[in-house]
Amino acid sequence: MAAPIAAEGDRVTTDAGRAPPAIELIGIDKSFGPVHANKNVNLRVERGVIHGIVGENGAGKSTLMSILYGFYEADAGEIRINGEPVRIRSSKEAISHGIGMVHQHFMLVYPLSVLDNVMLGAEGGPLLANGASAIRRRLAELGKEYGLEVDPDAIVGELSVGLQQRVEILKALVRGAEILVLDEPTAVLTPAEADQLFEMLRVLKSEDKTIIFITHKLREIMSLTDRVSVMRRGEMVATFDTAETSPPELADAMVGRKVILKIDKGMAHPGRVALEVRNLVVRDDRGVVRVNGVSFVLKEGEILGVAGVAGNGQSELLEALAGIRPLSGGEILVDGEPLPPAKHNPHAERLIGIGHVPEDRHRVGLVMPFEACESAMLGFHYETVYGKGVLYDRKAIIADAGRKMEAFDVRPRAPLLKTANFSGGNQQKLVLAREIERNPKIMLVGQPTRGVDIGAIEFIHKRIVAQRDAGKALLLVSVELDEIFALSDRIIVLCGGRITGERLAEDTNAQDLGLLMAGVDERAA
Amino acid sequence: MSSPLKPLPAWADVALIPLINVAAAFVISGFVVLAIGENPLEAVQILITGALGDLEGIGFTLYYATSFIFTGLAVAICFHAGLFNIGVEGQAYLAGLGAALAALYLGFLPGYSLVVVAIAAAALFGAAFAAIPGYLQAKRDSHIVITTIMFNYIASALMGYLLVDVLRVPGQMNAETPGFSKYAAVPQFHELLAPLGIQWPVTPFNLSFLLALAAALAVWLLIWRTRLGYEIRTVGANATAAIYGGISPAGITIITTLLSGALAGGLAVNVILGQEHRLILEFTGGFGFVGIAVALMGRAHPVGIILAAILFGVLYQGGDELAFDKPKISRDMIVVIQGLVVLFAGALEHMFRRPVAVLLARRTTQPPI
Repeated sequence: MAAPIAAEGDRVTTDAGRAPPAIELIGIDKSFGPVHANKNVNLRVERGVIHGIVGENGAGKSTLMSILYGFYEADAGEIRINGEPVRIRSSKEAISHGIGMVHQHFMLVYPLSVLDNVMLGAEGGPLLANGASAIRRRLAELGKEYGLEVDPDAIVGELSVGLQQRVEILKALVRGAEILVLDEPTAVLTPAEADQLFEMLRVLKSEDKTIIFITHKLREIMSLTDRVSVMRRGEMVATFDTAETSPPELADAMVGRKVILKIDKGMAHPGRVALEVRNLVVRDDRGVVRVNGVSFVLKEGEILGVAGVAGNGQSELLEALAGIRPLSGGEILVDGEPLPPAKHNPHAERLIGIGHVPEDRHRVGLVMPFEACESAMLGFHYETVYGKGVLYDRKAIIADAGRKMEAFDVRPRAPLLKTANFSGGNQQKLVLAREIERNPKIMLVGQPTRGVDIGAIEFIHKRIVAQRDAGKALLLVSVELDEIFALSDRIIVLCGGRITGERLAEDTNAQDLGLLMAGVDERAA
Repeated sequence: MSSPLKPLPAWADVALIPLINVAAAFVISGFVVLAIGENPLEAVQILITGALGDLEGIGFTLYYATSFIFTGLAVAICFHAGLFNIGVEGQAYLAGLGAALAALYLGFLPGYSLVVVAIAAAALFGAAFAAIPGYLQAKRDSHIVITTIMFNYIASALMGYLLVDVLRVPGQMNAETPGFSKYAAVPQFHELLAPLGIQWPVTPFNLSFLLALAAALAVWLLIWRTRLGYEIRTVGANATAAIYGGISPAGITIITTLLSGALAGGLAVNVILGQEHRLILEFTGGFGFVGIAVALMGRAHPVGIILAAILFGVLYQGGDELAFDKPKISRDMIVVIQGLVVLFAGALEHMFRRPVAVLLARRTTQPPI
């Protein structure tokens, strides 16, 4: 890229200055049928800065970046790179303009080596040897220059998630990216890996690369970015110098109203033990032990939070408790009675009164092509309320879904609308409505607010606490520490499939839990 | 990456898109006719007159359509569970064996109860032959597409052996069983209407047609109005969600293939009990495979399947007339059209979806959901 020599230091400036901005989006407009995803969006990203973009789900961030990366073409508006108007019709053209994208879900070929992955699409001719050695040299240079060392011969599938992300960044840099777009890059990282990523991005910035950082975590915006733009319902509503704004101000701009990040909840009044787990061992699909000798009790009228970095056995624990995954060892006791193997399945557990909000509503909790009313009876579809004879009573099914949607404020109130056509937050409310309205005595709740916008988070949190106050026993698995703190009365931490510590919520803090999540118990004698 | 267009309205999804797909198949068929050196419009005229021009044509058309409704339903019910049963041909062939064995060896049954038992036997044998691939898919993960293709050959070889070496009347040269008693025959319409003074020309059109319509209604009720149908659709749409919902995908897979095989038996009922009145070699004549085209074109919905089956009935009957009138256009033309329908309604099902969606999106002023 032919660009003017950059001045030293942070050039956080709003006036045009000498150098034209790296990216300028002017009046970008994009509709998908009747959905107006981007409305007259203007964005100006100066060279050599880290520019954050925040917004709720569905605010139009991803659409905007997809336009920049050539996945979609805007209906109207102009893109300027370094002051030059350009037309970007494919990711190839985006790359040729020096734009590199790191997707939230990596675009990597796991069985291939790092070198092969970086080379893919840039082989430089029919014979691999020349291209391979050139890329190998380039990787070594980049490694030294930016501290991005990765073994080029390592198999990508065997690398940690953080290193895989590094490979994605290297892919973009090898292709000559001057502008890096990162879409929710920390969603898959441990806190330590996220810190490394931030360090990496700061080095890249110091080398005059421009970085666009998309996230919904305000903490990251505050600690990393120079400037931040806020999107809401397809519009770019505000841009701040990060140093001059605050998380509450950003949150306000995101939702357009005051939000209470912390919900009010009274003291818990735990009763008798509802669920007990002894020495549970659970394997994943490949036969690897993911839960290794876990024991705990869950009492009525309390929320037990299970904290931990994603992938430390929480998912397998939840699935095993719900009867989806077989036990490799240990036992589950409900109301003091061991759960017999014949009852260790989702159907039998629902009959006993164990509700389950799965971690992944798309893959597990709902059937996307079904009408909402059909998704709203999944797991309870055998019940006679939906029809006493051989045939279903459609009116009863629709009325039942209507009641649930009313109770949980699912919008739109359209039981006949396809499940896939609801927003993430409303889909999640539909799952919660289905499970909670059956009044289970034990609730297994996984990632209740993943991919849900702030307004719905508040609603969902209140309903979960209301369940506790009604004397239910709730197990909450979440990778969001904020959520664990907001809801839990008691917290256990999983690391490597073992419980590394147990705390009362009022008796711990993020630092303490962070250490436990890394497997270190400071308080242990 | 394709942009998330607003989904098509229901009417476009169930009527407009299939119509466009079929129209495309016919337009291309027209070019093929043109290339042969015949006038496509004239060909269409002969085809339609031959199929629907008189009661005899209509009788044959509906006779063929009856077979297609059964095989189309058999394929469609598996579609709903996410299964692709290519073995309808073989299942129907074995169903014919069931019907024949009942008709030949249960002659002691009183009156027309014999034909009822023979129909049940056809369904039972069809289901039993489908059960093996179903079980292998459910419990052993052997892909049902592969196993059912292979089972068609097994059916063909087995029936050839039985008809030549076991069931053939000694001294007979034809590989076929003896004729059935009249109580093992599904009555044909011209026989039924004669006593009422209505003259219907002699055609193989028989009461199996009503059975096929009843089966279509039953499949519709099953899929959209019963618990089993809900479970079938859930397994087909999202097997992980099904497990979460306490549904066993393996169990549903087996039950669905059993039902599919039983429906395939309808082809044997129509042809063997309704027309031939004896078991003959290769009586399925590829109708099981046409069921795939019918199910695709009918979008796995019973109403669509009935319409598609009638269209294929028209093609088969009219195609015979066409081959007779225009020697240049052989009966293979029907196979060409059939292939094009599978291509457009199946493989290229979504080709016209996007243009239509774009067109409709421009026209509608509905607010976003």
